[in-house]
Amino acid sequence: MTAVLPSTEQVWDWLGEVPDPEIPVVSVTELGIVREVRWEGETLLVAVTPTYSGCPATSVIDLMIETRLREKGISDLRLERRLSPPWTTDWVTDAARDKLRAYGIAPPVDGTASDGLMAGRAARLSGRSNLVIACPRCGSSHTERVSQFGSTPCKASYRCRDCLEPFDYFKCH
Amino acid sequence: MPSLPDAATPDVVALAERAAAAQGHDPHVADVALKPAFFDWLCRMGDNSLVLGHRISEWCGHGPVLEEDIALANTALDLIGHTQMWLGLAAEVEGAGRDADQLAFLRDAMKFRNLKLLELPNGDMAVTLMREFLFDAFHYELLTALTRSSSPRVAEIAAKALKEVSYHLERSSDLVVRLGDGTEESHARMQAALNKLWPYTGEMFAADAVDDAVAEAGIAPALADLLPLWQRTVAEVLDEATLVQPEQRFDAQSGGKQGRHTEHLGYILAEMQFLQRAYPGASW
Repeated sequence: MTAVLPSTEQVWDWLGEVPDPEIPVVSVTELGIVREVRWEGETLLVAVTPTYSGCPATSVIDLMIETRLREKGISDLRLERRLSPPWTTDWVTDAARDKLRAYGIAPPVDGTASDGLMAGRAARLSGRSNLVIACPRCGSSHTERVSQFGSTPCKASYRCRDCLEPFDYFKCH
Repeated sequence: MPSLPDAATPDVVALAERAAAAQGHDPHVADVALKPAFFDWLCRMGDNSLVLGHRISEWCGHGPVLEEDIALANTALDLIGHTQMWLGLAAEVEGAGRDADQLAFLRDAMKFRNLKLLELPNGDMAVTLMREFLFDAFHYELLTALTRSSSPRVAEIAAKALKEVSYHLERSSDLVVRLGDGTEESHARMQAALNKLWPYTGEMFAADAVDDAVAEAGIAPALADLLPLWQRTVAEVLDEATLVQPEQRFDAQSGGKQGRHTEHLGYILAEMQFLQRAYPGASW
């Protein structure tokens, strides 16, 4: 007897319920780190890409994905770490950006990644950037960068100069 | 601010297509004739990241201000992530049943292939930052060239690492400028750090038979080609930082890539490898 395999759409839905361990308001699919779901015969392949190479959450994420799919009855499972194309914050969904903001983390501003255009980069380096990172608490655009490295590899530290609250910015990558 | 090298986005789509076409079967990975050199070169890549990452991690909990402490820990984490990728591929190429952890934790100092520059003690913040900058400027150019490697596996690791190293270079060059062109005290310390580290920088560009073999295979660039790019970045940043490039030779120190290290590496390994040496196979 051949078991009826769940559709890949169904698997994507299940993965949409797996939260990021560090930022639990967004799921691994909303972060854009699940790159492919495919049946290879009766083996389910799930390709996951790391956000940052050294991100300690990577192995936890793999474990959570595996646990979730096993709960759903998938026992023949292969997780693949896929490096290319490398993850970019451009893959974070719009819904996730709203959730990040509501959670107190300013979402990434597209096109400002460190490997982006030279003009934007030079403007940032020289402090003449017109890049607006709005405060996720009060909405003010009167903010300043404290450090480009924050509480996790994917975040930078900012401060609002109006409400004076520090906040995390999900930095572009 | 200095004009940093333009961080052009690698052609990620083409890269992914190449990786997919290779189906995980990189022709170089199974090339028996190339194996000794390819393995050695991958260990150099991995060991550079591992040793510098370990050195930088020593600042964790000791940074002069919280933001610097966090930035240093983040940088170290990136480098350890790169180590897992490079040594993981090295182990695969070697095909002797070892994995990245075994290469990191069970090799002795003479088997380590990192640059001597990276194993020197952290010293003060000036030495730490100047070392990072001098290496970042090289690392950035090397990884940029490696995104065009004839090995799809090497190219994809480089493309991933390059994104993070762009941040490293941005931060270290920014701090070299701010501290070099800072107070009398910070300026003096940065100049002293530069003078101390300068003789170790030439090793980055000193090619030997291993470098020649991987360059010949199209896996890695000729190191000499990276020198003018590095010199340009270094000259611009030092100029902005009001620091003076030492007149002494920059290649007086070498040997790390061939396994001839300073005494300092042994102390790093004693700390880093203790657990796996004392409790072989321990995991948690």
